[in-house]
Amino acid sequence: MLSRVANSLYWMNRYLERIENTARLIESQLHMLLDLPSMRKDPNAWKPLVDITGDNQYFTENIGRYKREEVIFFHTFDRNYPHSIISCVIAARENARSVREIISSEMWEKINNLYLSVAGPGASLKASKNPHKFYYDIKMACHLILGIAYSTMAHGEAWHFSELGRFLERADKTSRILDVKYFIILPRIDFVGSSLDSVQWTALLKSISSLEMYRKRFNLISSKNIVDFLIFDREFPRSILYCIRHAERAYFNINGTPFGVYDNDLARQFGKLMGKLNYSHIDEVMAIGLHQFLDEIQSDLNDVGETIHDNFFANKPVSELNQSGAQIQ
Amino acid sequence: MHFDTYNPEHFYDEYFLESGRPRPEVEKLINKINSFAKSELANQRRAANAAFKQMGITFGVYGDNKGLEKIFPFDIVPRIINARDWNLIERGVKQRVHALNQFIQDVYNDQRILKDGILPKEFILSSVAYRKECVGLTPPKNIWCHVSGIDLVRDHDGQFYVLEDNLRCPSGVSYVLGNRRVMKQTLPAVFEALPIRPVEDYAGRLAETLRNLIPESILKPNIGILTPGIYNSAYFEHSFLAQQMGEELVEGQDLVVMDGFVYMRTTQGFERVHAIYRRIDDEYLDPTVFNPDSLLGVPGIMGSYREGKVALANAPGAGIADDKAIYSFVPKIIKYYTGEDAILQNVPTYVCEDEKQRQHVIDNIEKFVVKTAHGSGGYGMLIGPFSTRKEQKAMIDNILREPRNYIGQPVIQLSRVPVMVMDHFEGRHVDLRPYVLYGEDIYVLPGGLTRVALKKNSLVVNSSQGGGSKDTWVLAEDVT
Repeated sequence: MLSRVANSLYWMNRYLERIENTARLIESQLHMLLDLPSMRKDPNAWKPLVDITGDNQYFTENIGRYKREEVIFFHTFDRNYPHSIISCVIAARENARSVREIISSEMWEKINNLYLSVAGPGASLKASKNPHKFYYDIKMACHLILGIAYSTMAHGEAWHFSELGRFLERADKTSRILDVKYFIILPRIDFVGSSLDSVQWTALLKSISSLEMYRKRFNLISSKNIVDFLIFDREFPRSILYCIRHAERAYFNINGTPFGVYDNDLARQFGKLMGKLNYSHIDEVMAIGLHQFLDEIQSDLNDVGETIHDNFFANKPVSELNQSGAQIQ
Repeated sequence: MHFDTYNPEHFYDEYFLESGRPRPEVEKLINKINSFAKSELANQRRAANAAFKQMGITFGVYGDNKGLEKIFPFDIVPRIINARDWNLIERGVKQRVHALNQFIQDVYNDQRILKDGILPKEFILSSVAYRKECVGLTPPKNIWCHVSGIDLVRDHDGQFYVLEDNLRCPSGVSYVLGNRRVMKQTLPAVFEALPIRPVEDYAGRLAETLRNLIPESILKPNIGILTPGIYNSAYFEHSFLAQQMGEELVEGQDLVVMDGFVYMRTTQGFERVHAIYRRIDDEYLDPTVFNPDSLLGVPGIMGSYREGKVALANAPGAGIADDKAIYSFVPKIIKYYTGEDAILQNVPTYVCEDEKQRQHVIDNIEKFVVKTAHGSGGYGMLIGPFSTRKEQKAMIDNILREPRNYIGQPVIQLSRVPVMVMDHFEGRHVDLRPYVLYGEDIYVLPGGLTRVALKKNSLVVNSSQGGGSKDTWVLAEDVT
């Protein structure tokens, strides 16, 4: 498969995953604030949504204060911010367009529709009139595209590159949301059991689409169990362990080496990451410090992303000078 | 909806000899359409448009916002060419492409036609499409123009004329295939009534044409379709052809030249490419040889081509034969190389390089169509009768500044075919672009692209200028 095509499929899926995550994050925030009248007056109620991105500096310089409208604009319609929904939709569509002959025509059509609904006229009016529906629709459009891909694309190399992108992005997003939200809610840990607290924990789970699955496993809301669930659950498709395991599997499928043969840098990076997740216990994580643990995972994920780029997308003849084709991490 | 009120007016109408008297080849079709319930055709048209949208058959418009694509307007009333006319077109087009190919080979090698004084040497070699980099080159099997599109028009007497030759990267064939697919879906009953020649196997024939350039000893060759990328106006067609042929769609950045061979970058390393159907112009093909600023091309590919390590279709330099000023010499070119008279006539053409002809164009500019020698897509063209004094004056200034780059042709009253307008039919002007593949033999796709000027009285059929298209039906046999 052409490197450029693999690159486009990989990024198209990362962008789609990113779009869905952002939509879900905003949707769960809107829901949570409905349950917390006191918090609605808090001028910093929407700040965590910017903290998650780590782009606070860009936000204060270009957007302003952490008001609801401003945070929503930043995440949804800011064309200058490369991680906003609209920027990701445009990028996903451009990538899809450049591999039109590879993906199924139904997939292209749905990605095109998503683009028209977010970038078309009247989108921002729709978002402010009925934000719940707006973000819900985006989320469902992303699910639809994934479902169509699953059942119309051949599950060959193109599919494995799609999986690789999707699961790496998802692992990254789960770790970021957990990292930021945990420390915001944490100071209130003495009030365990108070309604304020559990509303926030519930919102955290919802923002990772995991409340119902969590309930099935643990019933009671507790911070430690939530962290355990989101990092280590072997079956929940958004836990960090699950995502990295699937990314690793996609990698072995692409490479064609037997599973478990760690004979190059990328394989070893995956192996180390899986080792860390397979052989750690939640108590150890809490002892090291959750933030430090997640920080390491995130930096490992970045290394994996770079190695993928070098191995698959940027193979150069010796004579060629360095020229970067990397997309926005 | 029916044809009772249709008025062919004073034009050559391809459906009607005169009001109420259909031509024999369309009679069956007209009866069929007349028999439809009132809203049926309008419903079918809606269905056809929806099908186009779904299939995403679009083109990009230069100058519009990045990434904006439009659907090529489609008219549901087909254009019909009877077997006798098609036979003439097919023979004429084959003869023409055969002669043009010999002309290109000659110009870059022995230059016999110039030495024999048949064509003016300086004039020919001053064409901007003349590539000195190709001098002395003979491409695989002596074929230069593997894919060409010959634009034809019919005048008020119904005779076919060649309007221009497209030997660089003629586009539009994907619409021919798309139109046919949609028509078969929406009007199957009409298809059954007539012996219509199929167009389905174009992609397969194109693949064979390219395979013909690769030595047989290479068992599993790689063929690439080189596209400028997603913002090109014909990107849809490039990806469509790649998909239909099952070959790789590549951009310049995917290809690299090493040790004289062309490779594509794949996830498993570099893989050799043996033939490239390139859909980018010569100027952008190789920044080390042509335009150094080109980011679309592949550095070193011309060297590889020269050494015979990669085949390119169409061959660089082939554009010399679609210079619109050289076009005026094509009848002489045909006579010289084949000894035959041209089967298809040229539209009378005045070359502005020549002082007398130039003066005639300038004096009669309001009656002429003026075109640049290298333009395409209807850009930079003047249609005398539909232009303002100011536009005419600007064009005259252009001609005087750069006479070699302009030609004038008298306005042709293009033939008309009915189109659906609201709830009735009206005549609109059309042209025809048959596609020609030069492989082991010369093959002409039956029919080709019929472009139609959807604006009333307009003579401009280009998609970028408000034109649309029709399905073109060539009949396998004539009604007797």
